Amino acid sequence: MNYDRALLKRFVDVPPSGIRRFFDIVSTMKDAISLGVGEPDFNTQWKVNDAAIYSLRQGRTHYTANAGLMELREAVSGYLNERFGVQYDPKTEIFLTVGASEGIDLALRVLVDAGDEVLIPDPSYVSYAPGVIFAGGRPVPIRTYEEDDFRLTAAALRDAITPRTKALILPYPNNPTGAVMERADLRALADVLKDTNIVVISDEIYAELTYSGHKHVSFASIDGMKERTITLNGFSKAFAMTGWRMGYACAPRELLSVMLKVHQYTILCAPTAGQYAALEALRSGYDSGYAYVREMVRVYDQRRRIMLDAFRKMGLSCFEPRGAFYTFPCIRSTGLSSDEFAQRLLMEQKVACVPGGAFGESGEGFVRCSYATATDKVVEAMRRMGEFVASVRR
Amino acid sequence: MIHDLELSILEILFNDARTTPQQIAVMTGHSEPEVTAVIRSLEAQKIICRYSALIDWDRVKTDQFEALIEVRVTPQREQGFDAIAEQIYRFDEVNSVYLMSGAYDLMVTVRADSLKSLALFVAEKLSTLENVLSTATHFVLKKYKFEGVIFNEHKTDERLVVSP
Repeated sequence: MNYDRALLKRFVDVPPSGIRRFFDIVSTMKDAISLGVGEPDFNTQWKVNDAAIYSLRQGRTHYTANAGLMELREAVSGYLNERFGVQYDPKTEIFLTVGASEGIDLALRVLVDAGDEVLIPDPSYVSYAPGVIFAGGRPVPIRTYEEDDFRLTAAALRDAITPRTKALILPYPNNPTGAVMERADLRALADVLKDTNIVVISDEIYAELTYSGHKHVSFASIDGMKERTITLNGFSKAFAMTGWRMGYACAPRELLSVMLKVHQYTILCAPTAGQYAALEALRSGYDSGYAYVREMVRVYDQRRRIMLDAFRKMGLSCFEPRGAFYTFPCIRSTGLSSDEFAQRLLMEQKVACVPGGAFGESGEGFVRCSYATATDKVVEAMRRMGEFVASVRR
Repeated sequence: MIHDLELSILEILFNDARTTPQQIAVMTGHSEPEVTAVIRSLEAQKIICRYSALIDWDRVKTDQFEALIEVRVTPQREQGFDAIAEQIYRFDEVNSVYLMSGAYDLMVTVRADSLKSLALFVAEKLSTLENVLSTATHFVLKKYKFEGVIFNEHKTDERLVVSP
């Protein structure tokens, strides 16, 4: 059997995630504190689990409609309108996906053909570029800079557009930088996009997690942009439901119906028990004024401040992230590369972080530290990191 | 704003009373003197009554008995339930007293070193008080969860140690 002839080169050639190597080392280490975790440390609310268990007791174990339970789509529609002021018709403009990740894959598959370009702010979440390659396209990174608070600027966007540009991925609040986009920033992008045929894939999975007075602005809420925007979101970060794999895709009917067709033929529907869990998360969220979400944000914010204060004392520059649950300190002043920094910090002080280079070339010189970890562990990790940085400088 | 800060400080101290004012200042984005002043004021107002540890006593002493006692009383003119509540909470054996809605009036929790002393307290001290109509005593057999803390829970972080 010649596997090389059997397998497509473009799939084989995508390197495994740079995060994997650290995973292997950390998992064998005792008393290591991991700041490398990209999911909430909070547990799913028990009433949400209970709603799924109840649905199983009721024997609700069949397929749902391809797009998902109508009452859940209605709840999502109401939620997006209430929280972010965007209007999507639950009948034709929303469907439930297996995590927001499925939405990314579907959007790229229906938009991207061989040789098409997809613009991706860099650094960004590790899955976008491989997703574009899997779809046959060419990922085009757009460098973002600490000086711009890692925002995507209209000028950089304009410079990156070519006749082959099919889509722009807009991943804000951003993983790994914690950057957010203000309404004015998005309006400036809209000005560049309005005379093009570029579709915006807006990954808003961290929309609920914002700090220091910032409130997430949905790109579809910018005048004239809804028609070209695919809004992706889900329950993983907002309701601490990562393992449920529940997300949703929203777009004008013309775009969404084609994505739904792929979903219908390949996935059929999101898991039924997960849909009942998600419904409970939205309903009880609405009833309580999203108290659970607010409580998580309050605690994340405290840890974010602990980290920023610690970096300042260590003499590491770090722009103030106002979204997601990551800090992205610059470690160039230590004279180490991000890889060396992360590797040595792990070996010498048993603290794991992720080298910025894993998120794209412009992440080099930075490391990603997640504060989705118990407050006392964050404090201890910062103490150890402080010792490490001092020892490197000595 | 000050009110928000008060609430944040109370929540942080409630979770871990050992958190230093310096640490709280960092966590809330206020100055340390400001935080210290607010804590002093909360202490002076007796909003913060004391700093104590939450202990799973079941695993330390086995000879302590705790009971929840439902007490029905006759409220008194002009003083309502307060006077009778005071008569009850003055006893050292009494751990807490709540005024309740529903089938009885006061929920009293009592702690004692033996079953007998607890029973005697109810029989001789509590039920003989003037205005106490009746009592119903329920012994606590096991505490599973208290103040939001699940006792004897072995929490392990089951997340992948590094994830994108």
